[in-house]
Amino acid sequence: MHPTIKRMLASVMDPVLIPVGALLVGMLLFAVFILLVGKSPLDVFWTMYQGGFGSSFSLQNTLVLAAPLILTGLAVAIPAQAGMVIIGGEGALAVGALMAGIVGYALRDSPALVAQFGMLGVGALTGAFWFALSGWLRNYRGVNETISSLLLSYIGIALLNYCIQGPLRDPASTNNPATRPIGDAHMIGNIPGLEVHYGLVIGIVCALIVWAVMRFTTVGLALRAVGGNPRAAQMAGLNVNFWVIGAAAVGGAAAGLSGAIEVAAVHGDANSAIVAGYGFTGILVAFIARQNPFAVIFVAIMFGGIDAAGGMLQRRLDMPDATVVVFQGILFVVILASDTLLGRFRFLKPVTTAKPVIAKSTVEEPTS
Amino acid sequence: MTEVTEGLGWWGLPVAVIAGAIRASTPFLLVSLGECVTEKSGRINLGLEGVLIMGAMAGYGASLYTGSAWLGVLAAGLVGAVMGLLHGILCSLRRVNDIAIGISFMLLGTGLAFFLGKPLIQPQAPTLQSIPLGFWSDSAQIQSALQVNPLFLIGIVLAILLHYAFLRTRWGLQIRIVGDSEDAARAMGFRVIPTRILATVFGGFLAGVGGSFLSLYYPGSWSEGLSSGQGIMAVALVIFARWEPLRCLWASMLFGAAGALGPAFQAMGMTSGFYLLNALPYVLTLGILVVTTSPSRKISGAPGELSLVR
Repeated sequence: MHPTIKRMLASVMDPVLIPVGALLVGMLLFAVFILLVGKSPLDVFWTMYQGGFGSSFSLQNTLVLAAPLILTGLAVAIPAQAGMVIIGGEGALAVGALMAGIVGYALRDSPALVAQFGMLGVGALTGAFWFALSGWLRNYRGVNETISSLLLSYIGIALLNYCIQGPLRDPASTNNPATRPIGDAHMIGNIPGLEVHYGLVIGIVCALIVWAVMRFTTVGLALRAVGGNPRAAQMAGLNVNFWVIGAAAVGGAAAGLSGAIEVAAVHGDANSAIVAGYGFTGILVAFIARQNPFAVIFVAIMFGGIDAAGGMLQRRLDMPDATVVVFQGILFVVILASDTLLGRFRFLKPVTTAKPVIAKSTVEEPTS
Repeated sequence: MTEVTEGLGWWGLPVAVIAGAIRASTPFLLVSLGECVTEKSGRINLGLEGVLIMGAMAGYGASLYTGSAWLGVLAAGLVGAVMGLLHGILCSLRRVNDIAIGISFMLLGTGLAFFLGKPLIQPQAPTLQSIPLGFWSDSAQIQSALQVNPLFLIGIVLAILLHYAFLRTRWGLQIRIVGDSEDAARAMGFRVIPTRILATVFGGFLAGVGGSFLSLYYPGSWSEGLSSGQGIMAVALVIFARWEPLRCLWASMLFGAAGALGPAFQAMGMTSGFYLLNALPYVLTLGILVVTTSPSRKISGAPGELSLVR
């Protein structure tokens, strides 16, 4: 093979060809499944495309569903920069939503902007606290952050359910228990010209900020150092506890924010329907995006599109709404399993002479 | 619950709680014993919630079509074993993250079960018959409280067997060594990856059987709201029980009792406290983790190769 072609192939293999190949394999497996249950895969794929991206209506639907996924994806991707696997996004989302509902009702007589910033701010802070607990437990008690975040997640969901069924229940909400409404006037509106609320903008802006910070600032460098080798980072003068707990807290803030946005832009109160699996899907979004905040945006939109297609599959082809969950499940399994192929295509590696790597001897820790 | 408690007066609550605890603890017991074996071998399967729901659906379907609830239980176990096998193989691949794969299986299992289970919501399949252990009592309430399901008894026997298997048998030793130190296992000539895959298959089988309990005994029908997170709670339970099969038994009873107190309170008119009780197992497990670990020492009894506690 010509060296130039080889180099080009090598440069796109890991980041592009493997995930796209896995995507195709996943679609193929799903097509086989559809054939087995006696439907036409072509019909299903075409309907899903239409339901997710085919019209401006379905595209807007997709973006509304992608908005929380971007933030819950970031909730996993940010702590991952510091070497943590935190999977409690669902719980941070729940407590964020709960606190946003409380604050939204408390501020019902203040100006709309005050109430909105209050809800989002308090939601984010609550989520940050929830994740910071896991970071703190890891560094000061040696408790694995993955399991503690999973446990805290269910504690958070139970707390939300308790509050909306018990002390904070709006007596007017009979069938679907909820907190008292924040009031229509204080709901976060839509982006002008679209049926998509501003939560999408908030999510994308957050992802871009995190991406830029990780890429262009010493904060990113410090996080990577802490995540790569905590002892070495400590030696280099970094306060590992600060960075670990901080990264966890920022991730939690993203999850809490997504809960607050669901309250402030979609539901208008905190209720149990807010715990709809965004936190768990966010984990997979982050893993498929390889914890890259920029890629999280696109992966979230893709899976938001698949989610959005569920209704149309049900209406047009009379298929269960779980069809899209099966498709997502297959895609997740195949794409995550394809990670094993990363770096396996040795024959494509160009022969290079080793360049000496000159590392900065000390990393200045930004004053906090 | 109410028909049990009526007429027993003050004794109503404890009797109801014991009956409820036995009933509610059975899926915990089965799933946690399976996960205990998986985790002892150094792997974690977070996807058991999906396996449990698949088991519930497959067990119900098989019982409906064959007319035998026990064939349903077997089918549920086999479906669970296949999912465990897939999980075990995928997680043996280099660079594949077992936590993410587990969560994908949670999603996939739930989706598949809801998809394939649509036609099973209406028809009534044969369910498992309970064993009347309350025959000695004249009280109808005691009798109905002691209607013990056979899967619970199987779970107790299994817990005792596993306890001795880990202590006394070659297989038990092999699983423990593979889970504690890959290097030691290799030095002794044990094959690490096949051992882990088999342990995950075993865990999947029991999780499937645990799911069939839900659809074939209590509540005893198939619906999409069947599981209330027993699969994921069982993962926490294994940590709470610190990887000991006999402690899994006690912990299942405790978690089951916490779950059974809710409906009992609800019957007494306290509605919202139920949700706090739901969180109790998670709070207890977190408490155990915090108390028994420190930065210099991992939780006692944990398999050395288990990524989740390192």
